[in-house]
Order: sequence, then structure tokens, then C-alpha cells
Amino acid sequence: MQDMRLKLHIWRQAGPEAQGALRTYEVTANEHMSFLEMLDVLNQDLIEKGEEPVAFEHDCREGICGTCNMVIDGRPHGPQKGTTACQLHMRAFKDGDEIHVEPWRATAFPIIKDLVVDRAPFDRIIASGGFVSVNTGAAQDANEIPVPKADADDAFSYAACIGCGACVAACKNASAMLFTAAKFAHLEKLPQGRVESERRALAMVEQHDAEGFGACTNQYECEAVCPKEISVTSIAMLNKAYRSAVLKTRETV
Amino acid sequence: MQLDSKIPSGPIEKKWDNRRFELKLVNPANKRKYKVLVVGTGLAGGSAAATLGELGYQVEAFTFHDSPRRAHSIAAQGGINAAKNYKGDGDSVFRLFYDTVKGGDFRAREANVYRLAQVSVNIIDQCVAQGVPFAREYGGYLDNRSFGGAQVSRTFYARGQTGQQLLIGCYQALERQVKAGTVKMRTRKEMLDVVVVDGEAKGIITRDLVTGQIERHYGDAVVLATGGYGNVFYLSTNAMNCNVTAAFRAYRRGAAFANPCYTQIHPTCIPVSGDYQSKLTLMSESLRNDGRIWVPKKAGDKRAASDIPESERDYYLERKYPSFGNLSPRDIASRAAKEVCDEGRGVGPGGLGVYLDFADSIRRLGEDTIRARYGNLFQMYEKITGENPYRVPMRIYPAVHYTMGGLWVDYNLMTTIPGLYAIGEANFSDHGANRLGASALMQGLADGYFVLPYTIGDYLATQKPGAVGVDHAAFAEAENEVRARTERLLSVNGSRTVDSFHRELGKLIWDHCGMARTADGLRDALQKIPALREEFYGDVRVPGSGAALNQELEKAGRVADFMEFGELMCLDALTREESAGGHFRSEHQTEDGEAQRDDENYCHVAAWEYTGYGQKPNEHREPLVFENVKLAVRSYK
Ligand SMILES: Cc1cc2nc3c(=O)[nH]c(=O)nc-3n(C[C@H](O)[C@H](O)[C@H](O)COP(=O)(O)OP(=O)(O)OC[C@H]3O[C@@H](n4cnc5c(N)ncnc54)[C@H](O)[C@@H]3O)c2cc1C
Ligand code: FES
Repeated sequence: MQDMRLKLHIWRQAGPEAQGALRTYEVTANEHMSFLEMLDVLNQDLIEKGEEPVAFEHDCREGICGTCNMVIDGRPHGPQKGTTACQLHMRAFKDGDEIHVEPWRATAFPIIKDLVVDRAPFDRIIASGGFVSVNTGAAQDANEIPVPKADADDAFSYAACIGCGACVAACKNASAMLFTAAKFAHLEKLPQGRVESERRALAMVEQHDAEGFGACTNQYECEAVCPKEISVTSIAMLNKAYRSAVLKTRETV
Repeated sequence: MQLDSKIPSGPIEKKWDNRRFELKLVNPANKRKYKVLVVGTGLAGGSAAATLGELGYQVEAFTFHDSPRRAHSIAAQGGINAAKNYKGDGDSVFRLFYDTVKGGDFRAREANVYRLAQVSVNIIDQCVAQGVPFAREYGGYLDNRSFGGAQVSRTFYARGQTGQQLLIGCYQALERQVKAGTVKMRTRKEMLDVVVVDGEAKGIITRDLVTGQIERHYGDAVVLATGGYGNVFYLSTNAMNCNVTAAFRAYRRGAAFANPCYTQIHPTCIPVSGDYQSKLTLMSESLRNDGRIWVPKKAGDKRAASDIPESERDYYLERKYPSFGNLSPRDIASRAAKEVCDEGRGVGPGGLGVYLDFADSIRRLGEDTIRARYGNLFQMYEKITGENPYRVPMRIYPAVHYTMGGLWVDYNLMTTIPGLYAIGEANFSDHGANRLGASALMQGLADGYFVLPYTIGDYLATQKPGAVGVDHAAFAEAENEVRARTERLLSVNGSRTVDSFHRELGKLIWDHCGMARTADGLRDALQKIPALREEFYGDVRVPGSGAALNQELEKAGRVADFMEFGELMCLDALTREESAGGHFRSEHQTEDGEAQRDDENYCHVAAWEYTGYGQKPNEHREPLVFENVKLAVRSYK
């Protein structure tokens, strides 16, 4: 196993109000480690030296929970397409590399500490309308409404969003349109969801804007970094439903 | 302590109906006066909190995650069982019940399992109505697959991400209630104690993980849905933050802990690759349909797989279990892998691995067919190991995956502390000594959507809402204890990191209370764990302060609880002088190495009562009575 000596430039910030800065560390890793395991090694070193470890979030470490979030060398989740930071392995780097590690940057995602940010706005966007209004026990038999396989598969591909926020971090406007639209498109593709389509479109877009996310100007950086490769076609779907809903509300006023 | 299982009267298929009829009800207009605290918002807690909110209770839901959508349930891959019989292949509620009892090696409570099978069908209906995009056939109807331990196709799935899709459905239902104002969502709050007032659960103490504030919360009842304790082994397939603290704190306050030694080891995980390893990744069991498992015949054979000729390979599962072969049940396949590695025949770095080889299938079916069946899994394997499984055999090794043990609950899901409930993986109730694949998701959602929201009313109806406030002395006492514990961890300022202790503990438990257990090994562990715990309290280093986000402090509290809990596990394993499901005592095996139960002496649930730090807990036994399934040797040969 070949050792790799790396120089890391990591964003350190003691708290929400504190001044942050990049600090430089050296760490010895090997190609079998995951990127987060490399950070674990660094943290163990720091603790042993009496320093505070780097705070970063993670949980499943297999690309599904959406907890890990860091910008690696300027790209959310690092250099590999369709890969979360926790799935990234050190074999993507080489001995002597310098690596920059920074938090998601967006006004709507304030920094809590080091690489940890607050993504609560995402929950509020879902709460505004990202659901089907059905109470427990009120459902009919699951096979009552057949759903074309293609629609179910499409719905799944939008529902695969892990809510990590990379789309926001990649966007120069810090827009969360891909996140918002992925949820909209998931429900729009299913008969159970379509019933509330317009109400949902209005509520979710309003909440998105109220949270301080920027407007979408169709740059599609979001799609490029999305670890689940969610398609921007969802944004077109949401825009269409939103426009028609706005028109209708105007007519009724 | 009295264990009253409160199993309803009547024939098994009527018990749940009978119970629902007997339960006291809370009048709809009064529901909003009652406050229920739900700790944990995975499948079990999320579904319970949403449903309680819909029913009109005031709910406060807690999670240490930044969002309910992060719970470990998100990682479940394979699927969820339900007795829908959409395939017309002879499935029924009774068959699902039977398979689950048998799969659990006859160590689960019949009445609970039957109810689980009954409500399984409602779960699928509910999830579809919520917009869960389950896999469908071309005709538009729901698709099913088969799973281990069953001869029918009853597993519903959403590609390899069933847990994710179910959790998202449940999370959306929960957020809908948040918006409606019935549920208050408290994220990034870790529960560190249960508050017991005059013997009944009336609240919890939490630490806000961002500000460090220690806070009191009042509830007329408390529900724990805090998941399993697999991370006591340090390395497992569980998410990094899974822990036993909530359940263990409840245990310390008087809730009995049942069958802690029942843990499940999954045979197909990616092996450990080095000391820095932080967790293990599951590779779906379905791979065993087309992969052949083998190791070299000779110990210490270091040749590359392709250089080892057929005649020098040992396809040991096919050899030992000719009829089931590579598809032998989880516990058997896991133990067999351990045996060959113990003999020095393991492969890969460190010798803890066996081959799962697709070469024959690729030759027979072509690479495209294999890619269509397992493409995403092969890709995941390659991402982690850097090896291409189409060219070289996968290397796999068993890993800790699920914990059947948990807080003891009666039929109504209440622990031995009145007013304190436990649901999902946190309780012990439905899987006996071994859980079948695709049954954990089913249980979590059954508990949360369809059982607890009704049974809890029976307790609440006897309570005066808001009778006790957070200024009660019991709250102050619990809060002070939490503070003292936090300060103690911060003040040791020793030389070793929390992780180094956790790793050492995990290795002890894995070596002595893992796939095969012996009395000597367990006694050894029972000596070593208290010593390690003393060292922990004398030499751990937790940097930083308690007044802000401090991840090392969070870990330290959890590892401290694992240090006590690990001892309880070993004690339970030592006391259970039989082999059953995931609990294999080497002294108790048949001539051909199969688990040997002792129904005469051990057909019971072992429920442990806390008696004090470092003291031996009291064991209570709930006898298990089988009236509908005949006790038999669990044979899959
Ligand atoms: C890799 C993997 C694959 C699996 N695949 C399947 C499968 O295909 N089918 C199947 O049926 N089962 C599967 N399982 C098992 C199944 O996923 C779990 O048993 C189940 O999801 C547990 O759900 P839960 O709601 O009980 O707990 P969890 O989902 O673990 O949720 C626990 C919740 O409690 C919270 N919590 C815990 N402690 C505290 C505390 N002290 N304070 C505040 N909050 C706390 C957490 O934040 C979280 O919200 C799999 C498990 C693994 C590891
Ligand atoms: S830690 Fe779960 S997606 Fe990275």
C-alpha cells in the first residue's frame, strides 16, 4: 500500500458569527481510504496534538443519506461525476496533491461550524407542499390505480434526490430550483400526486424564494454536480405548472 | 419488575381486532390537549409522529439529525414484505406470520408477529397513496421479488433504494403535519435521558447539538424510535451515528432490555481494507443468486484468484449444503465464511474475505445479463474497492447488520415504564433470534402507522393532560445528571481519542460476542469490558467545550453507553445456553455444526433490569408460548 502525502486547505470557522479562514494541514493517506476516512485520520491527529478536529457532517457513508456536504477543489462533492463526498476514494488523488475543502456557500445555508451548514430551508420547502395529502389509513388498495411503468420509473429517478444541497452550492445564484423541482416532478409523474399539482407548484416556489435562494437562470451547474444526476427537465415541469397556477390565481382575483 | 405481555384473548386472527375494541379511546376534541414526545424520526418514529399529528395530538418529534430524511432507514436497499398475494403464489397473512416465526428461530411472540403480518398489507396501500415509486411491471401493477427464508414473492421494492423511498414518503407526511402545526420538529437535538415521575415517563432531557443547551421537554407519553445498536461493534453496516444511548438511558431508568445478544450478521459485505476503516458496506443478498462462493483449498495460498485452478478451490457452501448451496440462510453462510477464514484460507489483505465469483454466470449468461441484474451493485463495489467484478471475483465478508434485541415491550408496544413506548428496531418484539430480509422496514412502519397511534390512546386516556410540568424535581434531577455526565467526559482530558476506545470495544465484542460465542470467550469479555471502561473514564480526550457543536463530545457520550451496554450483551449471551438464530454458542451445535436450540429451558425472552452502575442486572423471563406454529428444528438443508 503506497502512502500519499497530501496538503489540505480546509475552511475553519469556530461558529456562525466567527471569522473563518482556510487553514493548511498535512496528512498521510493511502488510496484505499475514502475521502472522509482521510479526514478521520486528520482529525485523530489533530485531537492527539490537542487541537480541535474539523467539524464535518456525514452518516451513511454510502451516498444515500445526503448528510455529507463539502466543496472539494471548487466542486461540490469533489471531482467524480455522480458521486457524493463520502463515496469518493483517495485513489482519485495522488501523492503530493494539494486539496481545498470548503463548506457549501449560500445565504440560505448559514455556516454552523467549519464545514457544517444549516440546510433546514429544504425541510420547509417540502413542508410547504412536497407531499400528497393523505392521512394514514385513508388509502385504497395499492393496485387500484395502475401506473405506467415508464411513469413510475421517471418518478423514481426524480425521487432519488438525497437533499444534500450540492445543486445550491454549485449555482452562481444559489438557487435551489433543482431540489424543489425534483420533488415536484416526482409527485407530478404519479396519479396520486398530480391532484394537487398547481397548489404544490405555487407553494413550493414561494417557499423557495422566501428562504432566500436565488432565481434559476438555466445555467445547469446543478445537474452537472448532482450526485444522483437528477435531470433539469424537472425544472421545466415545475415552471410550466407554476405559470399556469399563477395565471389561474390571477383570473380568480 | 413484572413482565405482563398483555396479549389479547381469542384466536390469533382475532387478537388485534379484540384489542382494538378493548382499547380506551381519547375523545377527538381532547386529543389536542395531550402532548406526545416522539424521539427518532426514521421509519418508525416518522410514521408514528405523522399519524399521531393527523389524529390531532400535539406531537414533538426529536432527532439528532439535521433533518428527519437522514435517518438510517434511508439506507435500506432490498425491499419490504407484505402479504398482498398479488402474485397469486399462495401467500397469505398466515404464511408471512409462519415464515417470520420460523425465520426468528421460534424466539418471537406469536401474537405480535401475526399482527405485523396483518397490517403489512395496509402499509403498501399507504405508501402508494403517498407517492412512493415502487417498482412496477409493464401492466402498471406493483412488482415483487423473492427474499431469503420465503418461498413466495412478497417483497415490494424501489430499485435498490426501498428504504430511501419509504422514508421520503414518511418524511413528507411528517412535514405535512409540521406545516399543519400538529407536529413540532426538533432537529439536531439528542435525547440524553428519560424523565420518570412517580414511575411513569413524563418527559426527556435533550442536548441541542448546535448551542450545547441542555433542555427539558414535557410529554404525557414518550415514544422511543431510536433504532438499533449494531454500532456497539464499531464496524457495521449501520450509519455512523446509530447508537444505543436513548434505549440505554431508558434501561437505566427502569425499562427492561430484552435479548441484547440477538444480533444479525449479514454474509455479504465488502471486507475491511485497513485500520482506518470507518464502516462497512452491504452488498445485497441477491448477488448470491448468480455468484459462487469459494476460497482456496490450501491455507495461506496467496496466488491471484485466476491463478488458482478449479481443482484447488473449495466451493464450501455448495459442498456443505448441497441443496441450498450459495443461497443458504444468512447466519449459516456467515458462520461458514468465518470458519474458512479461521482456518487461514481467507483471501485478500488480512485474510478476512472469501470470493463471490461471477465467472461461471458470465460465461453461461453473458456479461450483459449480469450487468442488467446487478449493474448498480457491481458499480458500487468498484467505487469502493477499485476492482472490476466482471474481471476478478468480488471479495466479501460478513458484517454486523441489524439488532433483533431491544427494549422489552408488551403487545401495546409499551416498555416496563408506563407511558414509555418503543417502536421499530429499538424494540425487541417481532423478529425473535433472527430477522428475515425485508421485514425491518415492514415492522417499523407497522408500529408507527398502524399500531402505536392506537395503543397509546389506551394509556393517555388514563392521564390528566399536562399534569406534571418541567419544573418538577424529577426534571431537575435528570437534567443535572446529564450535565454532570457531559462535564465528566469533557474534564478527563486524557490521551486517547474516543474512536480508539470505540474501536477497541468493537473488536472485543466482535471477537467474543460476534458470529460464534463460547462461555470462555464471553467470560473473558466480561472481564475486559469493565477494565476498558475504567480506562475510558480515566484517559479519554474530548477536545472543545459543551457549549457549541462538538462532535467528539457527542461520540464520547454514545461510546460511554456502548461500554456499559456491551457488557449486558455478553452477559445475555453467556446466560443463554443454547444456539438460536443469530446467537450461536459453539458449545451448542449439532454434529454437523448447526445451531441447537434448547426449547425446554430457553423458550423465553430474557429481559434485563438495571440495578446500578457496574452491578449485575436482574434477569426476568417471559415464556414464549407457541399455539399456532409448531416448535420445530429450523432446517433449510
Ligand atoms: C445497509 C442496510 C440495509 C438494510 N436493508 C433493509 C431492507 O432491505 N429491508 C428491511 O426490511 N430492512 C433493512 N435494513 C434494516 C432497516 O433499515 C432498519 O432496521 C430500519 O430502517 C430501522 O428503522 P427505525 O425507524 O427503527 O430506526 P432508524 O431509521 O435508525 O432511525 C432512528 C432515529 O432515531 C434518532 N435517534 C436515535 N437516537 C437518538 C437520540 N438519542 N436523540 C434523538 N434522536 C435519536 C435518529 O436521529 C433517527 O431519526 C437494512 C439495514 C442496513 C444497515
Ligand atoms: S454520508 Fe450519507 S450521503 Fe454521504
